[in-house]
Amino acid sequence: MDSITSAASVVAAGLAVGLGAIGPGIGQGSAAQGAVEGIARQPEAEGKIRGTLLLSLAFMEALTIYGLVVALVLLFANPFAG
Amino acid sequence: MLPLPPALPLAELEVGQHLYWQLGNLKIHGQVFLSSWVVIGALLAVVWIGTRKMDRDPRGVQNLLEFLWDYIRDLAREQIGEKAYRDWLPFIGTLFLFIFVSNWGGALIPWKLIHLPSGELGAPTADINTTIALALLVSLAYFYAGLSRKGFRYFEYYVEPTPIMLPFKIVEDFTKPLSLSFRLFGNILADELVVAVLAFLVPLIVPLPAMFLGLFTSAIQALIFATLAAYYIGEAVHEEHH
Repeated sequence: MDSITSAASVVAAGLAVGLGAIGPGIGQGSAAQGAVEGIARQPEAEGKIRGTLLLSLAFMEALTIYGLVVALVLLFANPFAG
Repeated sequence: MLPLPPALPLAELEVGQHLYWQLGNLKIHGQVFLSSWVVIGALLAVVWIGTRKMDRDPRGVQNLLEFLWDYIRDLAREQIGEKAYRDWLPFIGTLFLFIFVSNWGGALIPWKLIHLPSGELGAPTADINTTIALALLVSLAYFYAGLSRKGFRYFEYYVEPTPIMLPFKIVEDFTKPLSLSFRLFGNILADELVVAVLAFLVPLIVPLPAMFLGLFTSAIQALIFATLAAYYIGEAVHEEHH
């Protein structure tokens, strides 16, 4: 791999995870906010809310993980390594 | 490849290196097969032991199996619906148990003690081929579920509620297996990498919280995969009431 390709790959890997984390971060924040409000209003529903919250958090996390997969491909299985 | 310097024997990172077996014209990843066989063997052994001498009041392994069965049944019934869930319970249950035991086995079994000529043993679900195979099975399953229950009326689902949805629903058929497989693969590989990098930097104690987080997310990922598979099947067999 020449140095330009590897430099670009490393920068792109960092950007893929870093930018990909912004959206899900905001989303998880507002989901947690909703869950906390729900629990405050209705403490007896805590178990159900927690289960749903964890499941939806994992869904949002998947979006960052897609970025991570791209980053891993760039670092460890680079198709442009030539 | 960017190999980390192998300063510590327990913290090597070998992404993209495999133990290749030649099978006809195919090159297969041997380490994935070996660890899958261990997982399958463990599951079969537990189920066999648990169902050997069944009691009216369950104890020990039988109790655990009945708890799991209840759990998976509730999951399938909630997503697929009362009418069709019985047909799909074994499929959903197998997916859940295989993924769950793979994920936890990859983290909990000390694979490093077994030395391979190349590559390393780990969770079978940390290899993208495994997760893509599982996700394609789910795709086949929901097509089969819809077609066998509704016949060609299944394709009405693509133009409901309006025909404008048609392209989106077709694209969805491709994105479903894609996201299912990438989600599982990425999560499990990320867990293993985080633990490996931390163990490389600080070999003692510091990786432990990351390991516990990894166990937690692995369990959630197995649950999510099974829930989504059940949800897709439920979507395919769902009858619109006009």
